[in-house]
Amino acid sequence: MSAPEHSHFSSRNFPEAAKELLADSQLRKNVRHATDVIQAKRNRVVAELPDWEALRDAGSGIRAHALAHLDHYLAEFEQNCTRAGGQVHWARDAAEANRIILGLIQRHEAKEVIKIKTMTSEEIGLNGNLEAHGIRAHETDLAELIVQLGHDKPSHFVVPALHKNRQQVRAIFQREMHLPELGDKPEDLCAAARTYLREKYLRIKVAVSGANFLVAENGAVCIVESEGNGRMCLTLPDVLISLVGIEKVIPRFRDLEVLLQTLPRSATGERMNPYNSIWTGVHAGDGPKEFHVVLLDNGRSPILAEAEARQTLKCIRCAACLNVCPVYHQTGGHAYESVYAGPIGAILTPQLHSMEEGRSLPYASSLCGACYEVCPVKINIPEVLIHLRGKVVEQDQKTLGGKLGFWNIGMQAAAFVFESANRLSMAQHLGQMGQKVVVSKNGFIERLPLMLSGWTQTRDLKALPAQSFRDWWAQRESSGSRPTNTAKEGRRGE
Amino acid sequence: MASESEARGAILSSIRSALRAPAEHDDGARQAEYEGLPRGYKRAATLQGEALLALFTHRLIEYDAGVARVPRAQIADAVARLLGKRGLKRIAIADDLPAEWLPCGFQFEKASAFGAQQLDELEGALTGCAVAIAETGTIVLQNAAAQGPRSLSLVPDYHLCVVFAAQVVETVPECFARLDATAALPTTFISGPSATADIEMTRIKGVHGPRFLDVLMVE
Ligand code: SF4
Repeated sequence: MSAPEHSHFSSRNFPEAAKELLADSQLRKNVRHATDVIQAKRNRVVAELPDWEALRDAGSGIRAHALAHLDHYLAEFEQNCTRAGGQVHWARDAAEANRIILGLIQRHEAKEVIKIKTMTSEEIGLNGNLEAHGIRAHETDLAELIVQLGHDKPSHFVVPALHKNRQQVRAIFQREMHLPELGDKPEDLCAAARTYLREKYLRIKVAVSGANFLVAENGAVCIVESEGNGRMCLTLPDVLISLVGIEKVIPRFRDLEVLLQTLPRSATGERMNPYNSIWTGVHAGDGPKEFHVVLLDNGRSPILAEAEARQTLKCIRCAACLNVCPVYHQTGGHAYESVYAGPIGAILTPQLHSMEEGRSLPYASSLCGACYEVCPVKINIPEVLIHLRGKVVEQDQKTLGGKLGFWNIGMQAAAFVFESANRLSMAQHLGQMGQKVVVSKNGFIERLPLMLSGWTQTRDLKALPAQSFRDWWAQRESSGSRPTNTAKEGRRGE
Repeated sequence: MASESEARGAILSSIRSALRAPAEHDDGARQAEYEGLPRGYKRAATLQGEALLALFTHRLIEYDAGVARVPRAQIADAVARLLGKRGLKRIAIADDLPAEWLPCGFQFEKASAFGAQQLDELEGALTGCAVAIAETGTIVLQNAAAQGPRSLSLVPDYHLCVVFAAQVVETVPECFARLDATAALPTTFISGPSATADIEMTRIKGVHGPRFLDVLMVE
């Protein structure tokens, strides 16, 4: 297999990428506007359900149960999907999935395919791989179309183009659809996309999709969407190929009664999104004649091993945790430099890569816990973040570079100093003398040198006081009086 | 493909070893665990009759769908009125749509005779439904009586859906209870006309599905 068009996992880390994106004020404005709007809508429709917490408990329970018996439910899904006329394929990694999908498309001698937005296809770099084999994949979701025609990357997995405003979208459509007269009203832009894609729906014979849920009990597949592009791809072509992560299976049809309440309310702030499609296998006279499901592992199965980590796979990709995250709010999705952005991306990406990529992502969080509170399947993201930070450190300590690395030595030195009162006091005195070089006139440290500079890039640091608390306390005890800070003392005594 | 069956075995055994699952499944224990999952959410209706239909109507209007209410004997008249108001003539229907729903003076075409290309040339679709959810303003269509294949309610730009009062439930769980017996059929949940909020979070009607949806509620 040739390399995907562009790898989504660059060698840069989160702070480097974020710094560049923070400078783009238009992007930050667009991101903030979009996330504010969705969040307000989400809060409104969640508040009107008195049983919201019970739905979260149920959703969490269903997803956790499915994962605890994943082997069983996958086999059950396979059996029932096959019985209904579908064909199930298994792919250990991205290369295998790409090979299977390419093979199916080539068997039908198709040169073009239509696609429904799918994160898994981003994950395996499908479009780039198809292109390398002379097959053009047309994204049909409006936002994905904007991203694709703009030669851009998605920045949010429910609204992938939220970083673009209407003028930017118009410029892309004018150029790529050859419509120089196109207006910039959202209605104009939608109408242009409708015409552009309608011709493709009616002509192209192979479609590729993801799926939101697989139902073990009857082999059903469920896709949730807004625009109807999904329905077009699911019903009009002759062949449908759905690429789905192995974690997406749920035990029974009726479990959808929970997840189809919590997903739309969390994702777009709607009581129900405009369209949900549920079907099994193939149906004479209705929809594709051939239906394939490609079950993708690609690093998922090892995540099941540890309880803290396993909950990551309960995710139903609603993106509520992105919208509520103060870090995502500031940087947008691209800073994560991974297919999955935001809090869920920060825990999923490094795990999908056995902690070899995205290692700075578990630190891209302030651990404020907002993501946990909104998560419709109750993934305790801060808990997973801390678990993963532990792993990063553990891994680092195993390597020589890590052992000799600044942070490791720094942390060990800190531990050494904090262990003993004498050492701490000595260090404080050294600090008071040493800081003279960096403290500015206002009493703040605006720039720390070298490895410590990261701390002061975005904040000023209060200089160490002339007298440490420990010194002040010792002096107070020995003199028996109250030498300084009496105002504070008095308040405390009130 | 040999490598695929190899992949299947490898994935399942990787899952089993990560879960530390025993070689033999204990079906009884899994079943009991499933039955014990928390289900404290609302599953039964609290509204009935007029209040239920009023909620459903309210939700549909919020989605910008049209709603009309008629007694059973007047379905055809109401269909004529709604289509006439929009100036539509050529309408796709399911092969088994009840003849008494169809007024004279229009051209109703049976969907089975049409490919997607020809459906695209029709002006609208008239269907029944399987069940409707008041709380979310949703109509659910299956490939069953009076509803036809999925493309019928998708390709033409206008959809008129006939909903009987007895088909309206209040909650999503009640809807799933009703669908359980026919869960294998192609099923579509429709909540308002097709829409997107992809550009600056403004809801815009009708991207690829029908831009206009009318519901005819029959008592
Ligand atoms: S982690 Fe939870 S809140 Fe975030 S996308 Fe997944 S399900 Fe939604």
